[in-house]
Amino acid sequence: MKELKASMAGTVLNVLAAEGQAITPGQAVLTIESMKMEIPVEAEIGGTVEKIHVEIGGFVNEGDLLITVGE
Amino acid sequence: MKKILIANRGEIARRIIRTCNRLGIETVAIHSEADGDLPYVSEATEAVLIGPNPVVQSYLQVEKIIEEAKKRGVDGIHPGYGLLSENADFARKVAVAGMTFIGPSSDIIEKMGDKIESRRTMIQAGVPVVPGTEEGVKSLEEALQEAEVIGYPLMLKASAGGGGIGMVRCESEQALTQQFESVKNRAKAYFGDDVIYLEKFIADARHIEVQIFGDHHGNLVHLYERNCSVQRRNQKVIEESPSPNLPQEVRERLCEAALQAGKAVNYTNAGTVEFIVDPNNEFYFLEMNTRLQVEHPVTEEVTGLDLVEWQLNVADGGELPAQDTIQTHGHAIEYRVYAEDPKTFFPSPGKLEKLQWGEGARIETGYEEGNLVTPFYDPMISKVIIHGADRDEALSKSQAFFNNVTINGVKTNISLFKEFVGSEQFVSGDYATAVLPQWMEKTKEEHTL
Repeated sequence: MKELKASMAGTVLNVLAAEGQAITPGQAVLTIESMKMEIPVEAEIGGTVEKIHVEIGGFVNEGDLLITVGE
Repeated sequence: MKKILIANRGEIARRIIRTCNRLGIETVAIHSEADGDLPYVSEATEAVLIGPNPVVQSYLQVEKIIEEAKKRGVDGIHPGYGLLSENADFARKVAVAGMTFIGPSSDIIEKMGDKIESRRTMIQAGVPVVPGTEEGVKSLEEALQEAEVIGYPLMLKASAGGGGIGMVRCESEQALTQQFESVKNRAKAYFGDDVIYLEKFIADARHIEVQIFGDHHGNLVHLYERNCSVQRRNQKVIEESPSPNLPQEVRERLCEAALQAGKAVNYTNAGTVEFIVDPNNEFYFLEMNTRLQVEHPVTEEVTGLDLVEWQLNVADGGELPAQDTIQTHGHAIEYRVYAEDPKTFFPSPGKLEKLQWGEGARIETGYEEGNLVTPFYDPMISKVIIHGADRDEALSKSQAFFNNVTINGVKTNISLFKEFVGSEQFVSGDYATAVLPQWMEKTKEEHTL
């Protein structure tokens, strides 16, 4: 199991993946807005989305857990 | 005016407070929870916590801001730039509440905020505009048909857009097909209006804009032009005045066209007419910004004027001086220091552990050492404005200045300035809007950002 963490603080604009969905490395799974810029968050590894830990409109700090990805 | 409320934050709020202090005008600052420790809050005569951190819950709370202003007995509201500065509804409500909106009338803001409407107005006034559609395009089919007439490459733009948001360059029919819905959706999401239009892409163009000012007595003057062609993500990074390599005859025609544009809408207060200028010095109207611009200090540095003072004077019913009394001297360059990665331009919020500017520049900043640059707002930490007797002097002073700046705690684009300011492309003055990304690409192997 791998954890996808926020690389910077910001507000979650969109969640582009669903729990149970298969994702591939490089796929955009979230967008975060920071300092008026929309930043896509890409999956570093492929697998199945086990749990999404954030919701749209929520605020995340750098290092916060965003998504847990399983095999 | 005796007391004004500043419906903005950070650097521009501080800038307005400075002029008000000199003129003996009291100020009311509004701030979100995140901004309570910023210098502008303590520098204002009064401060009000307006709401939580997101701008929609604080700085965009129209009713609450007006209510606070009334409660505190202010005569006028200065909107700064960004946020509510070009919100016609806000300007209207301020006037209805019996206070002065320090900017143009709500009708002018509305007319110029609609890019299609402003294009139409300028065509009628005889100001050259970029070839494009005169109405919004409703469907992809219609867009493709119009594109056949205009030709590729072209720009797909949101009619209500601004700040580089909601605009995409399309090189081909395929790109237009791919981008159409996405730009429409972004326009709706950002501006609540999904009207989009097509404009011919002018290759190797410079972005040159003219500062104008109108009063309520029918006077309209220009304060010369600024070159704003150094951009990243369609947003300006460096501006200078006067524009390098611009023949005097073209400068005069640009300033005349800007006045023509202003007269077409009976413009009042501070405004900017943006043009793009092609390699043959043919120019086209792009849009009119109905507010004070971020880069107004370069105009202040070359004219020796205080544009915030002018805004307050015009809003108070004062009269503008004659055009021939407005002269320029020397050369000024403004650099926008952003909290961002200098290679990727990704934001870098954080605490300003160290903020040491050195000598030789005018610094307009909303922050001091120890402040937090939060992820909620614009990444601009400061504007650095350098004036010289001529461009060569301004450039050499710039290099000396950036060698002595220290900012720790967040990533910034200072290293980019250090290298770019001395680059052949920038020093030559012969640059178009793609200069920065092109220079970065070319020097990818060499530079050490």
